[in-house]
Amino acid sequence: MYKYSEFDTAFLAERNAQFRAQVERRIDGSLTEDEFKPLRLMNGLYLQLHAYMLRVAIPYGTLRSAQMRQLAMIAEKWDKGYGHFTTRQNIQYNWPKLRDVPDILDALGEVEMHAIQTSGNTIRNVTADHFAGAAADEVDDPRPVAELLRQWSTDHPEFQFLPRKFKFAVIGSEADRAVIRAHDIGVQLVEQDGKRGYRILVGGGLGRTPMIGKVIRDFLPEEDLLPYAEAIVSTYNILGRRDNKYKARIKITVHENGIDTYKELTEARFAELKPQFEGVDQEMLSSIRAQFAAPAFRNAPTDDFDAAYKADPVFRAWADTNLAAHKVEGYAIVSISLKKHGETPGDATAEQMRLIADLGEQYSHDDIRISHEQNVILPHVHKSDLPALHAALKTLGLATANIGLISDIIACPGMDYCALATARSIPVAQEIAQRFDALKMEHDIGPLKIKISGCINACGHHHVGHIGILGLDRAGVENYQITLGGDGTEEATIGQRTGPGFSYEEITDAIERIIRAYLEHRTDAQETFLEAYRRLGADPFKAALYPDKAEGKANAA
Amino acid sequence: MPRPFTPKVVTANALLEGDVVYFTTDNTWTRELTQAEVLTDEADADLRLIDASRQQDQIVGAYLADVDPTPEGPKPTHFREEFRRTGPSNYFHGKQAEL
Ligand code: HEM
Ligand code: SF4
Repeated sequence: MYKYSEFDTAFLAERNAQFRAQVERRIDGSLTEDEFKPLRLMNGLYLQLHAYMLRVAIPYGTLRSAQMRQLAMIAEKWDKGYGHFTTRQNIQYNWPKLRDVPDILDALGEVEMHAIQTSGNTIRNVTADHFAGAAADEVDDPRPVAELLRQWSTDHPEFQFLPRKFKFAVIGSEADRAVIRAHDIGVQLVEQDGKRGYRILVGGGLGRTPMIGKVIRDFLPEEDLLPYAEAIVSTYNILGRRDNKYKARIKITVHENGIDTYKELTEARFAELKPQFEGVDQEMLSSIRAQFAAPAFRNAPTDDFDAAYKADPVFRAWADTNLAAHKVEGYAIVSISLKKHGETPGDATAEQMRLIADLGEQYSHDDIRISHEQNVILPHVHKSDLPALHAALKTLGLATANIGLISDIIACPGMDYCALATARSIPVAQEIAQRFDALKMEHDIGPLKIKISGCINACGHHHVGHIGILGLDRAGVENYQITLGGDGTEEATIGQRTGPGFSYEEITDAIERIIRAYLEHRTDAQETFLEAYRRLGADPFKAALYPDKAEGKANAA
Repeated sequence: MPRPFTPKVVTANALLEGDVVYFTTDNTWTRELTQAEVLTDEADADLRLIDASRQQDQIVGAYLADVDPTPEGPKPTHFREEFRRTGPSNYFHGKQAEL
């Protein structure tokens, strides 16, 4: 895994020392809040409803066990004993005190982590497929490229004041597990005629105007990545609208100018930039690659796994839902659910983090991932270790067998924490998960993604949920709009609104009606919710959601 | 006709802790909404907000929030202010646990 260079370490120490002095000057009154706010935001420190919030980047979602232990230590020493993992592979601490933040940043620095560019109109944490380096279907591990992009974008002088925030996501396979089509720039490693290169997408995003990213280059040669990325971002830096915050994202720039014009301008800029990149970036990339070399996999029998799978139905249920295919025979990718029914999606206690760190060290070659779906992944576990791993996970409520099912919900912090929220999202997720757990329907329902946002900013990805829920404030009352048919994969689709929203008290019942309609209408248990929706359209679901209206229509006819 | 002025309090977040505070009649900050000064006159409310905002060394982001004056003291009229006064609903943290 990537280790900081001397340059990285020195840069971080200097930034942290600067911020420590800025905090002191804010506290002693020499800085006003207006002066201090941009400085704290540059270091990931927000002010939320009840407290400050510190957002720490987990580059491409990858952690070593020592880093996870440090995150646990921070949660315990300076927060309330837990952390919240987010859809952008960050961890958020919800209760830090201003005075403690410089110490927290130093503690992060000790394990090569920071909160720089987790806010502001900069290039944010570069996210990646959480199965990177392990997935059976990938061309190559996308993380070295993500690391190269991280180094290039961190403290990039030209890109500290972009028109708006800017997000990259990188994948290495056709299957899109990182929602690259909803990012400002999506990068996909591809192979053509035996040559490596990249498919580049631009202008995706969610928020109040959701857009699916468009292909700007179907095959970009490997050595052109940085100059091309720089050309896209610098074109945006000039062309992007600074007059209107709601039109400032690159998705609007691309939409308003058209992808052809945007591409033309980018290509012209690329022609200027290309000669300035003299191959240093490619040397860096190859030295980064060496640090991501695959671990020494072992060739061992899997009898223990087979025996437990036969004998223990609880283990079997977990193995069936929480394991994914590994590229090496005898290995599995393990998803640890942070969605125990009734718990807050994405939250882990310090004790849980420590256990995960130990298990990652013991069973997964010291490699731990955070997924954009707010779960934790152990990417390289030998199957013979799975029964012991499962038993250990059970001790701290981490063995919930629900990956990809109805209770594996993405939820943003919503009105319980977020200052921008218009409604709560966490308790809605909790109640839905508990409802379907009590009904014992979740495994029968099968693959289903519910995603919930507490306002139009769409941090909870509701637009790309099979069922999306958007919390709004309607005349001082929480109201939840439902969208159906969204998809965040390579077949990215924005969900369609069903109609009027539902109150906080009604929303779980409404979701249950949708599910019952699906169970009634599906051809058989093999047809997933999304497939059924695509075949049937919205009508049967709308009829289930708004029975009075359907009757009204019938009466009128 | 201009909209009638509804009663308000000045609220903000504390600089060091970041938690919710309310402005009192004697120019100090309290953590309890019931102790806050209730403002019923628009011009007066604007002036009190200016007074409160001057205390940059103690608070961040002062603004006027609607309240309903009751015999037990002011109560929030909007659910956002209700959460700010209480704390999050997923854990027993924040004001509900501390006051
Ligand atoms: C709690 C403090 C947060 C604030 C103040 C905040 C603010 C925002 C805003 C203003 C936007 C819209 C940006 C735009 O369209 O220009 C946005 C989008 C987004 N945020 Fe957050 N957010 C917060 C938390 C989170 C969390 C916890 C996550 C991850 C779970 C997250 C992930 C995202 C994503 C994925 C988007 C949509 C994609 C995009 O268009 O960028 N945010 N956020
Ligand atoms: S979607 Fe809205 S409520 Fe949820 S975290 Fe983002 S800004 Fe806050």
